[in-house]
Amino acid sequence: MTDISYTPPQSGSRMAKIVLRWGLYLMLGVFILFYLMPLFVMITTSFKSLDEIRTGDLISLPREVTLEAWRTAWSEACTGIQCEGVRPYFWNSVLIAIPAVLISTLIGALNGYVVAQWRFRGANLFFALMLFGCFIPFQVVLLPMARMLGLMGMAGTIPGLIFVHVIYGLGFTTLFFRNYYVSIPSELTKAAKVDGAGFFRIFWSIFLPLSLPIIVVTVIWQFTQIWNDFLFGVSFSQAGTQPVTVALNNIVNSTTGVKAYNVDMAAAIIAALPTLFVYVVAGKYFVRGLTAGSVKG
Amino acid sequence: MTKWFEEHLPKLVLAPSFIVVLIFVYGFIGWTAWVSFTRSRLLPRYELDGFIQYDRLFDSPRWDTAFSNLFVFGFLFIVIAMILGLILAILLDQNIRTEGAIRTIYLYPMALSMIVTGTAWKWILNPGLGLEATVRGWGFEDFTFDWLVNPDMAIYTVVIAAIWQSSGFVMALFLAGLRSVDQEIIKAAQVDGIPTWRVYTAIIIPAMAPIFLSAFIVLSHLAIKSFDLVIALTGGGPGYATDLPATYMYTMAFSRGDIGQAASSAMIMMAVVFTIVVPYLYSELRTKDD
Repeated sequence: MTDISYTPPQSGSRMAKIVLRWGLYLMLGVFILFYLMPLFVMITTSFKSLDEIRTGDLISLPREVTLEAWRTAWSEACTGIQCEGVRPYFWNSVLIAIPAVLISTLIGALNGYVVAQWRFRGANLFFALMLFGCFIPFQVVLLPMARMLGLMGMAGTIPGLIFVHVIYGLGFTTLFFRNYYVSIPSELTKAAKVDGAGFFRIFWSIFLPLSLPIIVVTVIWQFTQIWNDFLFGVSFSQAGTQPVTVALNNIVNSTTGVKAYNVDMAAAIIAALPTLFVYVVAGKYFVRGLTAGSVKG
Repeated sequence: MTKWFEEHLPKLVLAPSFIVVLIFVYGFIGWTAWVSFTRSRLLPRYELDGFIQYDRLFDSPRWDTAFSNLFVFGFLFIVIAMILGLILAILLDQNIRTEGAIRTIYLYPMALSMIVTGTAWKWILNPGLGLEATVRGWGFEDFTFDWLVNPDMAIYTVVIAAIWQSSGFVMALFLAGLRSVDQEIIKAAQVDGIPTWRVYTAIIIPAMAPIFLSAFIVLSHLAIKSFDLVIALTGGGPGYATDLPATYMYTMAFSRGDIGQAASSAMIMMAVVFTIVVPYLYSELRTKDD
C-alpha cells in the first residue's frame, strides 16, 4: 500500500490546467498593457493636432496623422526665451555623452586591470573608496563642484559637463572592469611578465582582446546614465549648453502660450530615442550592466 | 630609474583616479559637511557655528514635508516594486514561449530618462484632458482622478510613475535569481508531490534572500536620489506637497541662494544613504577578501 501513496497526486484535470494557463497569459497581457500604455499614448498624442487632443480622448488613435508636432518639437519649440526646438540640445547631449563615455570607459578599464591583476598594498582600499563613490547622493557634491568648475573656467560649458560625468562615472566603470578582470587567472599575467612583457603590453595584447563584452556593457551603461542625466545638466549648464533632458523639461514647463501636449510628447520621444534604440539593439548587455551595477561580483 | 618606473607603473596608473576621487568625492563631501555647520547664505562662509543650519532645517515646514515624503514615497515605491517584480518574475518563469519579448516590454522603461517618464505620466494623469477626461468620455461622468493636482495625493502619482519605471528591473533581478536556484531540489520537491506554490514559498523564495537585499539596496538608493521624476511630473507641487530632500536641496542651492540649507539637507541625504549602504558594502567587501 505504501508505494501507492508515493505516486505523485494528479494536479487537477486537463480542463483546470488549460484555465490556469489562460489565466496566466491574461495576467501577463494586463501587465504588457500597463507598461506599453504610456509609450502608446505618447506616440499617438505626438501625431495628433491640438484640436483633436482637446476633443478626443487619451487612447484613441489619431483621426488625422500630422507631423506638425514633431517638426515643432525638433526645431521650433520654446525652451524659455529661445525657440529653436530640441535640436541644438540634442547635439549638446551627443557632444557631452560621446567623449565622457569613451574617457570614463578607458580609465575604468585601466583601473580595473590594475586592481584585479596588479595587486599591491592599498589596492583594495582604493577599490573600496571608488565603490563607495558610486553610492553617494550627488547633491552632496553639487555646491563645491559648481565652485570648482568656476575656478577652472569651465562653468556652464560642455567640457565642464564632460569632466563631471567622467569623474562620477569612474566608480562604476572601474567596478565593471575590475569584476570582469578578477575572473581572468593571474597566471596569465605572471607568465607574460616572465616572457618580458610590460604593464601596458600585457593590457594591450592580452586583456583588451578579451574585454569586448565588458566594454559593450560599460559603454551602454555609461551612455544611458549620461544621456538620461538631469541633475548635473541642470546644475552645471547655461542657456546654450543644456543637454536634451533639461531642454525637454523646459519645453514642457514653459508657461508661455498654449499648452501643446503633442509637441511635449514628440520632444519626449526624441529625447528618449537614443537610449531606447540602444536598449532594443543591445538589451542583453543593458540588463547585464544593470544587474552588475547592483549585484556586485 | 626605469626599473623603479616599471615597478611602480600600476600605482602611477591608479594615482590620477585616486587623487580625483579623494578631491571630488571625499574632499567635496568634507566641504559640504563643513559648510553645513556655518552661517553661509548666498556665499559660503567658513567660520563654524554649530548646528544652526540643522536647527533651521528641522524647523522648516517645507523640509518636514520633503523628509516625510521621502519615507512615504520610499516605502511604497520599494514595497510595491518588489512585490510586482516578484510576481512578474514568477509569472514569466512558467515556461512562457514568448518570454524574451515580454521581458523586453516589462523592462524598457528603465532605459528612459526620468524626465521622459515624468513628462509622459504628467500628460496621462492631468485631469483636464488625460485619464480622467477619457474615462468620463466613456460615460462615467462622476469619475475623478485628480491626484496630480491634489496636494494630499500628488506624492502617490510620483510613486506610480516610479514603479512603472523600475519594477521591470526588479523583475529582471528576481528572474535571474529564480533561475539560479538549484534545479535538483525543485525537481525533487515536485517528485514528492509538493504543490507548485509551496515550492515557491518554501524553497525558491527563501533561497533568493540575497537578491531581495540587492533589490532593496538599489531601490532605496533610487528613492533617495529621486529628483528628475519629481521635477518633471509635479515640479514639487502643488505648492511644495511633493518635495523630496533632493528637490529641497536643489531649490535651496540654486533658486533660493541658501547654501547653508542646501549643504545641511545634502548631508542628511548622505546620512540616510550611509545607514543603508555602508553595512551592505562592508559585508560585500569582507566576503570578497576571502
